[in-house]
Parts: sequence; C-alpha cells; structure tokens
Amino acid sequence: MLAVVSLTALGIALGTLLGVAARYLAVEENPLEAELQALLPGSQCGQCGFVGCAQAAAALARGEASPTLCPPGGRAVTEAIAAKLGIRIDLSAVRDDGPLLAVVAEEICTGCCRCSKVCPTDAIIGAAKQIHNIIREACTGCGACLERCPTEAIGLMPMPVTLPHWIWPKPAVA
Amino acid sequence: MGLIERLFREPRWGVHPDDHKRPAADAPLRVLPRPARVHLPLQQHVGGAARPVVLVGQKVLKGQLLAQSQGNISAPIHAPVSGTVTAIGEVTAPHPSGLGLAAITVEADGADRWIETDPVADPFALAPEEIARRTAAAGVVGLGGATFPAAVKFALGRRLSVRTLIVNGGECEPYLSSDDRIMRDCPAQVVDGARIIMHAIGAESALVGIEDNKPEAIAAMTRAAATYPEVKIRPVPARYPMGSDKQLIETLTGKEVPADARAAEVGVLVHNVSTCAAVHRAIRLGQPLVERIVTVNGGAVTRPGNVLAPLGCLVDDLLACCGVKEKPARLLFGGPMMGTLLPHGRVPLVKGASGVLAFTAAETAVPATGPCIRCGSCTRACPMGLLPLEMAAHIRAGDLDGAVGYSLSDCISCGCCAYVCPSHIPLVQYFSHAKGELAARERARLRTEAGRRLAEARLARLERDAKEKAELAARRQAERAAARARAGAAKPAEQTT
Repeated sequence: MLAVVSLTALGIALGTLLGVAARYLAVEENPLEAELQALLPGSQCGQCGFVGCAQAAAALARGEASPTLCPPGGRAVTEAIAAKLGIRIDLSAVRDDGPLLAVVAEEICTGCCRCSKVCPTDAIIGAAKQIHNIIREACTGCGACLERCPTEAIGLMPMPVTLPHWIWPKPAVA
Repeated sequence: MGLIERLFREPRWGVHPDDHKRPAADAPLRVLPRPARVHLPLQQHVGGAARPVVLVGQKVLKGQLLAQSQGNISAPIHAPVSGTVTAIGEVTAPHPSGLGLAAITVEADGADRWIETDPVADPFALAPEEIARRTAAAGVVGLGGATFPAAVKFALGRRLSVRTLIVNGGECEPYLSSDDRIMRDCPAQVVDGARIIMHAIGAESALVGIEDNKPEAIAAMTRAAATYPEVKIRPVPARYPMGSDKQLIETLTGKEVPADARAAEVGVLVHNVSTCAAVHRAIRLGQPLVERIVTVNGGAVTRPGNVLAPLGCLVDDLLACCGVKEKPARLLFGGPMMGTLLPHGRVPLVKGASGVLAFTAAETAVPATGPCIRCGSCTRACPMGLLPLEMAAHIRAGDLDGAVGYSLSDCISCGCCAYVCPSHIPLVQYFSHAKGELAARERARLRTEAGRRLAEARLARLERDAKEKAELAARRQAERAAARARAGAAKPAEQTT
C-alpha cells in the first residue's frame, strides 16, 4: 500500500514538474520562420550576409531583414516573402537579372577541383586536372564558386532563352 | 432552317468574322514542286523532342525514320523526300521569337523513292494496341494545330472507355480550307480513318461535325459515310470558335467539359479530319506522316489555294508556288485568329501548320489601342464564359494571381474578345503574357525546390563522409593501439627468454 501511494505521489509530482518545465523552459520557435525558410532557395550560398537560409529566415521573421535580401531568388522570392509577411514593397526597385548560370571558360580551367568542393548543389563535375563543367539544371547561380577559382575561369551569365521558355511581352500601355 | 430553329441552335458565344475561305477553298488541290531540300524540326509536336537516328551524309529513302520519339508523349520524324542528310543543326523555328530549333536537313535527290512499307489489308482484324503502335510509329499527331500525338490519345480513350469519337471538321478559322479540301477530295480516307480510330479506342459511334458553310464537304462526306451507319455527319452552325474541341463537344453532344478536365472524361474523344486521313494512310498504306495539305491564302497571295506539300519545305517555297503580289507585311502559320506569327519566310513547314497566310500592310493595320470602356462585348463573345476585361485589367496592373482568380487557366486564347473589342485592346496578348509568366514562375519554383533537395543531399553526404572518416580514424587508432599493445606484450616476453 505504501509503495502504491508513494509511487503515485512521485508520478504526479514529476508529471507536474515536467509540465511546468515545458511551459517555462520552452525554446521559442516561430512557425513563421519555418514557412519563410521554405520559400528561400535553401542553397546556403550566403549572399544575403547571413550564414545560411535558416538564419536569414529567422532575421526576416524578427523583421530585421528586408524581403529583398535574396539575390538568387530574384523577384519571385521577394514577392513570396513580402506576401507571407504581409508587407507591401515596391518591386520595381528589386534588381532581377533573371536566373543566372555559372559557366566555365574551358581554356583557362586548370582542373584544381576547388570550385566543385564549395558548390552547394553539387552542380560542378570534373576530376583533378580535368576541365570542370557545370550541370545547368542543378546550378542555382549563387556564385559561390566564382571566388574560389584561382584562374577566374568561372563567370555568371543569364540563363539563355529557349523556345519553351520564351514569353510574350506585356503589351505596351498606350 | 426556320427562324425558331436558328434562334435555338445558334450558339450564344463566339463571333462571326468574314470567312474569306473562297476562292481558295474552291481551287483544285495543287502539288508543291519538289523542294531542293527540306528541314525537319525535331520538335513538331507536343511533348519530348525526337532523337535523331541518322548521321550527316547518310542516304535516306522517302518515309525512312530520321528521329525516333523520346518519352511517353512524343512523335517520330520521317524523311519526306529521298536524298542525303546534309545537316543536323538549328533552323529558325516557326515561332514569333525567331529562336533556333534543332532540325535535320535532307537534300532531295529527285527520285522520291519510298522505303518499303507495311500496308494492312484489314485493320479491323488488328488488336487496338497494334493500331496505336502503328499510328505512333508513323508519327501521326493532331493536324488541326494542337499537334498532340494521336496514339497517346488512343490509349487515353481506351483507358477511359470513350463511347463517342468526334471528328472535327469545323475548321472555323477564317481563310483556312485545308480540312474542307481533304473532306471534298478524299472523304473515303477520312471516314475510313475515323472507323479505324473507333476500333482503336473502342468507340461505338463517330460524329463528324462540319460547319454549315462547307456544303460541298458535307455532301461528299455524307456520300462516303452512307454505308457506315455508325459514322454520322452532323452539320453545325458556322461560328468561331466551333473548331475548338470544348465548343464542338458541347454543340454535338450537349456535354460540357469541366475546367481542368479532358474531353475523354465526359466520354468523347476529338480528332481532326486531317488526322483521320493520316491514320488511314498510316494503317492501310503503312505510310508515315511526311506531307500535308496546307492552305496558302491572304491578300498578298496571287493564286490562293490548297497545296499538298512535303513537311520541312520552306514557307517561301509555298508562297513561290502560289505567287506573291507584294511583299507580305505579316506571315502566319494557321488562321488569323489563333495562328503563329512567323519571323520571316525561311521557316520550315511543320506537322501542325494547316495554313500559311500572307497579309498585306493594309490588311494587318490595327487602329491605336484605346482605354477600356467596360462595354462588356468581350464577355458576351467569350466562348468560355470568362471576363476578359477583368483579367486584362489585373494583368495590366501586374496582379497575375488576380487574373488567375478570374479563371485565366480556362482561357483558350481564341481571340474572340480582342476581335470584338471596340477599343482594340490586345487582350489575348495580355493573357499569353500572363500564362507565360505564370509558367515561368512555376518553373522557377520547381528549380528552387530541386536546388534545395540537392543542397540537402549534399549536406547529408558531407555529414556521412565526416562520420565515416571519424569511424575509420577511430578504427585505425584502435588497431594501432592493439598492435602496439601486442608488440609491448611480445617485447617483455622476448626479454625474459
């Protein structure tokens, strides 16, 4: 009998303690943060000035960063973030050169493998002392490889317009 | 037709432009003199581009496979002349952008020697799957302009057990008469093709919808179908866009195809009359799709009419055949309402081009755009029951999502709204722009998602590598320690001995 009573009391006490601890020691997590992070490219390129997309999303959620922070995301991501945060922003101020792609100048690539190690999406292929190349479908145009290249063989160029990607221009307003 | 009946039958949607079909429709069919070379784009259809199977310098026969289909929705390309493959590279696409498109160029040798064909005497003894396979191998696609691979539609029709085949002889676009010509000149081929398709999809009846402005075609088709009670010829009122599948289905069967649904889901399947004739040739004669009838018309053409031309010939060849009065100010593939603007005359004829229209500057002049006066003419004309004025206003202000809210995705780009607009607002261009922009946004989203997956996979890989390295290092260390311990144990033993 004593055992039953003491164990029940212990259970209730510990349960209450856990409940209280969960309430007061909870780690603050903003659901907005996760939603914002889902909108960002997730390539952790660091062009926004934050370590990665998670940190950028946190700053956005706290209101410390502007929705225009993500260069690879361009206008589309800016628009999505602004809509999520309920902010109206002037999109004409956002520079959007359209999606960019990295290209390797094959004649000056030395095959040093430095670029392929930093590519966040594994878009660069090539072995040591072989010319490297970039898989267009996987490149996000973040530019992380540019500064690692010792011979400046990598450059960014706008994604070429192809037939299925061509869009009718908007009619000029009279 | 009585007044009451007319009031009852006349659809409430659409427009009735001057059809300009005659005298081109009444001129007998001409055959294009064989061009010196033909250029065959690898992408002449909806779906994946075909993959070349010939090499530069290779001799090919007429009807020989040049490029095979790739993926589930695709179509092969065959040689329309016998000769030598001289290039596989880019040519100007029949597209307003004037961008390049991969194509195979064949230099004609003048012999026009056919490859050995495999004709079928009795297609109705074949399994439906075999008919679909042969149709796919012959590269037959929807010749009304949609260029959807015909065999893929057969499979869809079988899967959704379609009961009725609708044969589209509407040809509602002004100026065009290639379908009219094929129904007048080879009605037996069209009817036979329709019966073969019925067999392939398991349909019980075929309704051939022909606009009542083509009495000769209706008469010829009625004669050809007289012995086949399952093929019914149904004249429909001439009203643009009657040749659009959703409008034709509604007029013939009274069924409305829901938004985001395919015609097969209401139990019907639509094939163009020219597609039926192409299926007939593919099965009965074993001939792949290498030529088509194309209407050459417009104010700049001296002798407008229909021409049987090999695919891949240049628009300039077709215009030279029919004569040009003055330098055309605008060239189009297809009709004036929905046709494709061409950058110049050096683009190849593709499977989906039912007409080449050459207009003079006077014909193409459009008055300056004015402001929208909200008269609602476009709303009355829209065959899909949309509000073009609202959609255009939202797109003009950059609010694409607002336009989507007005069912932009249901717009069939028929151009009725822009045709009736008293302010000459280029409504369809707004919609095309918005559709392209939305598609680009969707592509960007998919790309971002793919990038994120790749980045996550890379992080996981790096983590795993680091863990494996650490494990390996730990194991090595342990081995070394063990070896040292063994050596340590052995040494004292040595010393003692």
